[in-house]
Amino acid sequence: MNPARKRTVRLVVALSVAVVLASALIYTSFSAASPALTPSQLVHEAQPGRSYELTGTVLAHSVSRDGDVLNFSVADRATGATGAAVPVAYTGTVPDPFKEGREVIVTVEKQGGEYVGERNSLITKCPSKYKETPASEKQSS
Amino acid sequence: MALLGRICLLLALAVCAYGIGASIYGVRTGRWEWAVSGRRSVYALAGILTVGFVILEVAFLRDDFAFNAVADTSSRTTPTFYKAAAVWSSQEGSLLLWAWLMSLWSSLALFLTRRRIRDVAAYATAIMLGFGGFFISLMVFYAQPFATTSPTPSEGVGLDPLLRFPTMMIHPPMLYSGYTLCTIPLAFGMGALLARRVDAEWIRVIRRFAFGAWFFLGIGILLGARWSYSELGWGGYWGWDAVENAALLPWLTGTAFLHSLMIQEKRGMLKVWNVSLVLATGTLAIMGTFLVRSGVLNSIHAFGGQTLGVPFVVLIAVLIAGSIYLVITRREMLHTEHRIDSLLSREAAFLANNLVLVALVFVILWGTYFPLISEALTGQEASVGPPWFDRYTVPLALILVLLSGIGPVIAWRRATLANARRNFLVPIGLALATLVVLLAAGVPVKPFALAMFCCAAFVFGSISQEFFRGMRARSAMAGEAPPTALVALVRRNRRRYGGYIVHIGIAVLFVGVAASTSFQHESELGLSPGQSSRVGAYTIKYVRSTASVTPDYDSSSTQGGRELSAIIRAEPGVTLGPDTARTGATLSLGAVLDVSKHGRHVTTLYPSEGFYASEEPTQGSVGHLIGGQPVSHVAIDAGVTRDVWTAIAPNIETPQLKRIVTLGNRTLPYAHPGEGMVAIAALAAAYMKSPPQAQFHLIASPLVMWIWIGGLIVVGGALIAIWPAPSVVRHRVRARSRARAEQGLASA
Amino acid sequence: MEILIAILALVLLVVVVLVISAPLRAAWGSQDDVVVGRAALGEARGEPLKERADPDRARAGPAGRWGGSVSDQREPAEERAELEAEREAKYREIRDTELDYRTGKLSQEDFAATDGALRAEAVAILDRLAAVERDEDAPTELEDGPRPRGA
Repeated sequence: MNPARKRTVRLVVALSVAVVLASALIYTSFSAASPALTPSQLVHEAQPGRSYELTGTVLAHSVSRDGDVLNFSVADRATGATGAAVPVAYTGTVPDPFKEGREVIVTVEKQGGEYVGERNSLITKCPSKYKETPASEKQSS
Repeated sequence: MALLGRICLLLALAVCAYGIGASIYGVRTGRWEWAVSGRRSVYALAGILTVGFVILEVAFLRDDFAFNAVADTSSRTTPTFYKAAAVWSSQEGSLLLWAWLMSLWSSLALFLTRRRIRDVAAYATAIMLGFGGFFISLMVFYAQPFATTSPTPSEGVGLDPLLRFPTMMIHPPMLYSGYTLCTIPLAFGMGALLARRVDAEWIRVIRRFAFGAWFFLGIGILLGARWSYSELGWGGYWGWDAVENAALLPWLTGTAFLHSLMIQEKRGMLKVWNVSLVLATGTLAIMGTFLVRSGVLNSIHAFGGQTLGVPFVVLIAVLIAGSIYLVITRREMLHTEHRIDSLLSREAAFLANNLVLVALVFVILWGTYFPLISEALTGQEASVGPPWFDRYTVPLALILVLLSGIGPVIAWRRATLANARRNFLVPIGLALATLVVLLAAGVPVKPFALAMFCCAAFVFGSISQEFFRGMRARSAMAGEAPPTALVALVRRNRRRYGGYIVHIGIAVLFVGVAASTSFQHESELGLSPGQSSRVGAYTIKYVRSTASVTPDYDSSSTQGGRELSAIIRAEPGVTLGPDTARTGATLSLGAVLDVSKHGRHVTTLYPSEGFYASEEPTQGSVGHLIGGQPVSHVAIDAGVTRDVWTAIAPNIETPQLKRIVTLGNRTLPYAHPGEGMVAIAALAAAYMKSPPQAQFHLIASPLVMWIWIGGLIVVGGALIAIWPAPSVVRHRVRARSRARAEQGLASA
Repeated sequence: MEILIAILALVLLVVVVLVISAPLRAAWGSQDDVVVGRAALGEARGEPLKERADPDRARAGPAGRWGGSVSDQREPAEERAELEAEREAKYREIRDTELDYRTGKLSQEDFAATDGALRAEAVAILDRLAAVERDEDAPTELEDGPRPRGA
C-alpha cells in the first residue's frame, strides 16, 4: 500500500472511531440525564424508578430532620405555597445556604408515594442578594 | 467621581473604535504610523481603564455607598482587605477587572512585539481592541460599574461571608488573568491568518503568550480546587460543576497547543491543528467567561442578569464563524511539507495527544452544555451528573498520562523494534513492578486506580531515564562530573527538562486524585457528645461542643461593649472570641473531635459553623444576627499519606434555641444589635449546656496532599521551562558592549 | 467637585490624544523634511547612529522609521535583534537534536541529515548577522568631520 493510500485509510479509520465514540457519548448522555422539572411538572409526569432534577423553592415551615433524613417540601418558584409542593426525604450533605425560601436543585426518584432524594445531590443556589458573586459557592458532590 | 468613571468608559470605547480603524488602515495601506497609533491606543486604553479601576477601588475603600457596586457588596464593617477585593465580587466590578486585565496584557504583548511581525501585530491589535470594546460596551449599556443612587445609602449590604477567605479573593484575579491571557494568542492567531503569515517568528511570539495563559489558568484551577476542598463543606476538590469545567476547557486546548507547536517547529507539521487549537483556546475562554456570568445554566451559580447572555452568544458565534472561515480560506498556507511516516513515532504520539485532549474537551463541553442542548433538541432540560463525566474522562485521563510518558522517549519519524526495546524497557518494567507490588501489598483491586498508578510509574520511569541519559551524554561530551552535568543539562535545555518536570507533576497529581477518590472512606451521620464513628482505619469521637460569640464591633471601646463582654464571658462554656479569622461571624458553634487510630491518639480537630448577620429586619432583632448565610469551617488534618477531613452542621433550630430567638425578637429592639448579642450569648450558653445532636461529615482520604504537591511540581517545572536561558543574557550583554565600542569608535 | 472632575477628564483626554497621535504627528512632521540634500542625508545617517547605540529606545524619527511596508528595509537594530533571536532559536534546535540523538530518539542517518541542515541554516543566519553588523559599522567609517555625537 503506498503511503498516500495508507494515510487515507488511517484518516478514515480515525474518523470512524471518533464518530462511533461520539455517538456512544451522545446516546448515553440522553439516557443518563435527569430531566429538570418544577414541582408542578414533577407531580404530573413523574414515573417511578426514574430520577429527576427537581428545582424550586424550599417551602416555609416544611423543614424537619428525622435522624439522618432531612424532610422538606419544594414548591414552584412562581406559585410558592399556593401551588404544588413536593415532599422530599433526603439523606446526605446539606449545603450551608440551605434554608426555607432558598432555591434548591435536588435529584429525586419516585418510590411508591414518596420522593426520595438521591444521596448528596442537594444543591442550594446562592441567594439573589449575592447574585453577582463570580466564583462563589460550590456545594454539591 | 462616578461621573469621571463613566467618562473613562466612554473615552475607552472611543479609543477602541479608533484603534481598530487605525490598525486596519495602517496594515492595509502600508502606512505604518497608523498601525503604531493603533498600538498606542491599546496603551491608552490600559491607562484609561487603570484610572477607572482606581476610581472604583477608592470608592470601595472609602465606603462611598453612592456607588451601587459598593453598596451591594461592601459595608463599613467589612475588613479592609475584603473591601479592596469586593470590587470584583460584583458583576460590574468583575467586568471592569476583566477589561482592565485584558488591556494590560494586550499592552504588554504589543510592547514586546513592537519591532516584530508588524503585520500580524496590527491585526492582533484590532482584534484585542474588539474584545476590549465588547466588554466596555457591556459596562456602558448593561452592567454599569459607576452607576449611583441617591440618596446615598448609609450602609452597604456587606460581602458574602462565603467570600471572606483570602484564597477566595485571590482566585478571581488569578483566573481572570488566565482567561484574559487566552485572548492574546487568539488575537495573534487570527492576526497571523489574516496577514497570511504562520512562520517561525510567529511561533516564537505566540508560544510565550500561550504559555502565560496556560500557566495562570492552571494556577487558577488549582487554587479553585484547593479552595473547594479546604473551605467548602462538601469535602471534594472537583465536582464537574459548569464553572470548573469552563476554566478547564481552554486549559486543555492550551496544553494541546503548546505540545503540538513543537511538532510544527521541528517538522513543519500540524499547522492546521495549531491554528485551530489557538483559536479554540481563546473562544473557549470567552465561552467560560460567558458561562460564569450569564446564569444560563441551571447550576449552583445564578449570576447576573439574563440580559448579558445575548451579547455573549453573538460574540461567541462571531468568533467560531470567523475562525472556521479563516482556517478554510487560508488552508493552502497551512499546507505541510512532511507527513506522519509511522504510527509508532513521536509525531504520531503528539498527534494522539492532541486527539485525546480534544476528546476530553468534547466530553466536558457536551456534558457542561447538555442542559441547553437537551432543551434545544427535546424541549426538556436535563443535566448529567459527575458519574457520567467520570465514566468518560477517567479512561481518557489514563491515556493522557500514559502518553506523557511515551512522548518524551519515543523516537522521531519511525521507532524500530530495537529502538523501542531500548527506550521502553525501563518504564514498562517499572509499571509492571508497581502493579505487582501493589497487588502483593493487598491494595483493594480498583482497576482504574491501579491502572493510574501503573501509568504514573511508567511516566516516572521514562522521565528519569531521560534525565539520566541526558546527564550521561553531557557528561561524556563536556567532560563534567555527573552532578554538574545534570545541572548544566537542565540549565542549557530548560524548555525540555522543565517540561519533563511538569509531566512528573501531572503524574503525581493524578496519583493523588486516583487514590483519594477510589480509596476514600466517608461517613455522614448525626452524633451527640460522647459518640464516635469509624471512618476507614480511624475512630473519630465527638468529645464536646464549642461555642464562640464574636460581636461585630470592637467590644472594648465602649462602656456598653465592655458590659456586654462581661455578660457573655459569664456564660459557662461560651468563649468571647476575638474575630481572629476576620470572618465576621456572630456566632460559631462547633465541636472538639478526637481522632485516633488503633486506639492511639492521632490528632484533635475543631470544625465549626459560623452564623452571620443578615440585613433583613423581618428576621427580628436577634434572628437577623444569625440569619445570614452560614459558613462551614472545615477542620482538616493533612498528612503525607492521608487527610482526615471533618465538617459539622450543628442544629441551631431546636425548640429550645428557637424559643430564645423568638423571645429576643419580641423584647429587644432591632436598632441596638449590642443588646441582641446578649440573647446570642444566652443561645450559645444553652447550646453548650445541652448540645443537640449535630450532623457530621467525616472523610478519611489517602494521598490528597500529593494533588497539591503535584500541582507545585507542575508550577516549578513550568517556571524552569520559561526562565530565560543564560546564553541569551550573555549575548545581550555582548551586544550592549559592542554598541558601546561602536560609540567609542564614532567619537574617536 | 464638578470642576475637579472636569479638569481631570480634560487632562485625561489630552494625554490620550497626545499618546495616540504621536506617531501620526511625527510622520506628518517629517514628511516636510524629506528633501533631497546632503545635509538631510547626513542627518538621516546621524540619527540612526544615535538610535543604534540605544536600540531599545523607541523615538520619533525620520519617515523611514514608520513609513514603508513590511518588505522595506528595517532598522538595523531591529534586524539585528531579530537575527539574534533566530540564532538563539537555531542553536537551541541544534542542541535539542543532538540530545535527541544521544538519548536514542533519533536514528544515526536522521541525526546526520538534520544536524547538517540545521548547522547550514545557522551559518546562513550568522552570515546575515555579520552583514547587518557590517552595515552598522559602515557609516562610522564613512563619516568624517563633525557630526552628532551618540547620546
